[in-house]
This record gives sequence, structure tokens and C-alpha cells, in this order.
Amino acid sequence: MKYLSDLAKGDTATILGFEASRCNDMDFALDLEERLLEIGFEEGADIKILHEGPILRDPMAVRVGQMTIALRRREARAVRISAAKNTDDKT
Amino acid sequence: MKNIPQTNDNIKIALIGGPNCGKSSLFNTLTGSRQKVANYPGVTVERRSGKYITEDHQTITLIDLPGIYSLKDRTLDERVSRQVITGTHASENRPDLLLCVADSTNLRVHLRLVLELKHLGLPIILALNMQDMAQRDGIIIDPKVLSQALGIPVVTTVAVRRDSLKDLRQQLATSLRNLGPAQDPVQAPTTRELQKQAREIADKALISEGTHHKITRQLDKILLHPVLGLIIFFVILFGMFQLVYFWAAAPMALIESGFAALQDMIINFLPDNWFRSLLTHGIIAGVGSVVIFLPQIIILFTFILTLEATGYMARAAFIMDRLMAMVGLNGRAFIPLMSSFACAIPGIMATRTIEHHRDRITTIMIAPLMTCSARIPVYALLIGAVVPNDPVLFGYFGLQGMVLFGLYLVGVLSALIVAAVLKMTLTRGAPQPLLMELPKYQLPLIRHLLINLWERVRAFLRRAGTIILYSAIGLWVLAQYPKKPIGGLEPDIYYSFAGLLGRALHYVFAPLGFNWEISIALVPGMAAREVAIGALGTVYALQGNDGQVTQSLQSVIHNSWPLPTAFAFLAWYVFAPQCFATIATVRRETNSWAWTAFMVGYLFALAYLAALLVNMLTQIFLG
Repeated sequence: MKYLSDLAKGDTATILGFEASRCNDMDFALDLEERLLEIGFEEGADIKILHEGPILRDPMAVRVGQMTIALRRREARAVRISAAKNTDDKT
Repeated sequence: MKNIPQTNDNIKIALIGGPNCGKSSLFNTLTGSRQKVANYPGVTVERRSGKYITEDHQTITLIDLPGIYSLKDRTLDERVSRQVITGTHASENRPDLLLCVADSTNLRVHLRLVLELKHLGLPIILALNMQDMAQRDGIIIDPKVLSQALGIPVVTTVAVRRDSLKDLRQQLATSLRNLGPAQDPVQAPTTRELQKQAREIADKALISEGTHHKITRQLDKILLHPVLGLIIFFVILFGMFQLVYFWAAAPMALIESGFAALQDMIINFLPDNWFRSLLTHGIIAGVGSVVIFLPQIIILFTFILTLEATGYMARAAFIMDRLMAMVGLNGRAFIPLMSSFACAIPGIMATRTIEHHRDRITTIMIAPLMTCSARIPVYALLIGAVVPNDPVLFGYFGLQGMVLFGLYLVGVLSALIVAAVLKMTLTRGAPQPLLMELPKYQLPLIRHLLINLWERVRAFLRRAGTIILYSAIGLWVLAQYPKKPIGGLEPDIYYSFAGLLGRALHYVFAPLGFNWEISIALVPGMAAREVAIGALGTVYALQGNDGQVTQSLQSVIHNSWPLPTAFAFLAWYVFAPQCFATIATVRRETNSWAWTAFMVGYLFALAYLAALLVNMLTQIFLG
């Protein structure tokens, strides 16, 4: 299984689903799936990692549709994705 | 205007929409400067309301609800919005009409909110905002198809351009003329279901998808670059501080001499009696010592509001997030905390950009620990008096500078520790996800910047005119009465209430090594930190202007204060909440006496402990 948190700058992938249970804190996880959905992460959406934070490559800036969303890797752990490709060199 | 506008306060329109959809811009353009900002009672959610004149020359009320993605009861913003819209809010009447604002460039995400709102029983108009940006990106939406699919009127707008709002104005007038009774809210389907509907409708209405905003993409490559972005961020911060200190210096000196001239004028015109003293020593000195920070506040807010309006603030939060996360805070807390180095008041007011309530409270609680510029005169006085300026570190630095730097560092470190402790105790809770949209870059609109800047300045001046004024008068009374008895040997203030209070406090402060002179000076010093210097001058009965008093005070301290006393006094000043204006700001921004009391309490406790510790340690090591 691959998750959004495994990706690096320039990677592209497709969202397959959510596994909020991968977050240690249950209260946090309960909300997370809804929030991710609301901000535009949905199954089948194509994503691309545009930027990474300067410290420990966290948070990450992800393009979903027309939006760019910043999220922490611990939140990205809950997003299951298809195999990633790095397309940065070609575009 | 031909017709006299008739006021109809019974009609109210609520603006609602997701974050970054340009809703506040639209609100500003529709209401102009006819707006009021307050808090909803009991919570920190901002209530922005204004007057709007319709095409039918009716003056009606417009309220700007917080920017939200959804109407679950997860955040205070969401709860208040839901309560207002469903008519269950305790103090806000149910609006008659919803004006839902959606970002045309993010139709899918924003449509879900529209669908959710439709279940709440109010008539809705949808404004497809940021039409100009959508066009630039090649996004084409058919408003007719959208209107049919949603079953509500749809208009396109460019919030920052007044002439683009013609359709919206007409639609508002039409909708208000045909206003039906509000319905009861019904249960909305799940987020996933709404998402599906939104996608289907968006697919129908979108004629062309367009491309990702090009300028934003290019700028982000530089501004979010791991190395370059960090450098630019610190250059911006550095520039901000340079300007806050250097540009503000001249107007601050001007304000100071203005107040001094006013004092002189009154002294020349009025006979020497209690009233003259109240005006000059009480009101003008007290209010002046706070108003002097106005130039710094204006410069800081011009920066902060510009960074916010251009979209850079979200990037700054992105860059600093990892660092702030280490103490359980959000990247957005960084700028308010940095601003607090100039003055805690704009810092605390700037925490409004922090979306999560608990994070915001934590940030407000630690903001006064950042060394503000009012502490500098006190630090300078004491360091100059007791620390020799020996060269240290191979002669590159002076010991005095090192001590000053150390005091700043102690402030920052304690702030981080307090934040971490708070996050584990009082502000504990499920960690908040960052999940933040990085909005498209935009040129700020000067008019809107000025409206927002004026709102901040007005809030600051209103406080200077009310609570600061009252406390200045109160402190003056304490310091003036009762008068010195005939034959009294000590300075006047010794016999006053402040003197009595200070001497009583001396029992409490004695373990810190504070003498009664210090204890008395701390009482009027509550007006503003640097006022304590003037008060010390009064206690030691020193004569002359400010500069002379400071100089003679330095030799008094140098000659008569034991070293542990001076160091303990410095330690006290790192922590003590010696400023009514800050306390009043905390009260206003947290909307809670409990949090205000907590902050004052913990800061005094820390100040006392730190001073006690420093006094003991210096006695052991130097004595």
C-alpha cells in the first residue's frame, strides 16, 4: 500500500481512499476524513506534490484539481494512493 | 441620490462562503466603510456587519459570516455560522437571505457548501466570484446551467471591482422584493453524497476546465523553495522589523514631543493645582505612554494585512509550520509572535488569522513573553547601571549587548515552554490538522487595506481613550493622594495610596531583594512598562527632563542597589504583565475574563519565581 505521506516533491498519483485509522489519535482521525473530503481530496482525484517544507520536508503542498493544499505528513498518512510517478523533469 | 434612502433594519443578508473565495472583499465593496467589527458574545468569532444600500434605495444590514468549508459543529466558526443561518443563535436574528460566495476557480469544492446550505431553509443567491481570475486561467462556467441545476439565482462577480457587481445588485433587489418566508432546516446528506452531487453539477456547468494559475505556480517555485523561500521569508521579516523600528522612530518622537508640548501648554495656562496635575501627570502622561506605539502598530499592520491580502501569509505559515508544530502550535502563530517583539497589542490582535480556537488562545497566552519595545528603556537603564561593558567572545561583542540578547532569548524560550505546557494541559485536545489552502497570489487593493488598517487603529485608539484613560486617572489618584503630611521627610509619593500599596507590596517583594522604592514604582508602572522609570525618578525625587532623570537614576542604581536586586528586577521584567493595555487587549480578543485572569496570574507567578531565583543565585555567586 502506498500513502500520500510517502511521496516526495514532483511525484504524481491518484487518490484511492482514506484510512484515518492509521492516525494514532482517534479524535483527530474521526474528523480528518471529512475535512480532507471537504477541502477537495476525493477518490479518483489526481494529485501532485508541488513543494515540501524546509524542515524535515514537512508540511507538503499538494495540488488537487485547481487548488493547492498544505498538509502535514501525519495527515497525509491517512490518504491511500496509487503507485506514484515522478513527472517533474518532463514538465 | 434622488430618493432618500429608507432604513429597513429588519432585513438582513448574510454573506457566506469558503475561505479564500474573496468573500470579505465582496463585503468591503458592498458596504464600503459603513461597517462594524465586534465579537459574537462569549466566543472569539468575529462579527462583521455593515450597511448596504439596495437598488431600491433601502438600507439593509449585511453580515459577513466566517469563511468555512462546511457547516459541521467542529469549529466555533462553523457552529456560529450554522446557528445564525438556522435562526438558533442567541443574539443574532436569522437572516432573510444568504449570499453565498464561491471561488469560480475552485467550483467543485465550493459547490458542496452551496448544496449543504440549500438544506438550511433560507433563500440563496450564488455569486461566482473571482471571475477575472477564472477567465485568466481559461475556466469558463455557464451560470445559466448552474442556476438551473442548483435551482437558485447565480451571478458572476469580481469582488474588487465595483462595476462588476451590477448583476449582483439587481439580483439582490429582485430577491428581496420576492422574499418568501424562511423554511425549517432539514438534514443534509453526507459529505461524500454532497461531493458527488457537486461534482456532477460542476461537470455540467464547466465549459472549460482551464489550467492551474500560472503566476502563482511560478511565484511558489521561488517563494516555497526550501532554501530560497526560507531566505526570502527572513528577509521580509527582517525588513518588517527594520521599518517598524526605523520608520516609526520619527513619528514616535513627534508624538512624544506633541504630548510634551501639550503638557507645557497646560502648565503655562493653568495654575498649579490638582486639576493641572491630573491633566498633565495623569491623563496626558498615561495615555501618551500608550499612544506613542501607534506608529509601530500602523507599520506592523500594514505589513501583516498586505501579506494576508497577497496570499503570502499562508506561505509564511507553510514555511514555519514544522518549527511551530514542535511546541504544538500552527505555522500561523509565527507572525503574531514576531509582531509581539514590537508590541504585544498588535501581536495579539494579529492572532485573528489563526483559525483554530485553542491554538489562538495558546498564542495569545504566550505573546506577552516576547520582549516588546516598551521593555527596552527599562532593560537599557538597568544594564547600563549594573553590567560593565567588558568585551566578551574574543572582543567581538560587549557584555551589555550579550545580557540584552540573553533577556530576549529567555523570553522566547519561556514562551515555547509555556506553549508546550499549555498544549499538554489547558489547551489540550485532539491535535488540529493543518489542512490549509494556499490561495492564489493577488495584488492587494489599497482601499480594502486602508479599511482594515483603520479598523485596527480605531480599536487601539478606542482602548487608549477608554480603559487606558481610566487606568491612567486611577493610577494618578493612587500616586497623588493622600498628600504629604507637614514635616514629612520622604518624597510625596511615599505617603500616597500608591506609596502605601507599594510599601505593603514590599513585604511580598522583599524576598526578591526589591526595596520599597521599586515596590512603589511598580504600581504606576502598570500603565506601561517604561512608566516605572519615571516613577522611580519620582520616588528618588530626581529633577530634570527624561534624559537627565535616566542618567541620575543610573548612578543611583549603580551606587545604592545591590547587584542581586538589579538582576532580580531585570528578571521580573522579562515576565511581569506590567501593561494594562495588553491585559485589556487579551480580554477583548479572548472574550474571556477567565483566560485574561489566567494570563495575568501565570505571568506574575513566573515573574516572582524568576526574580526570586535570580536574587538567590546572584547572592550565592556574587555575594
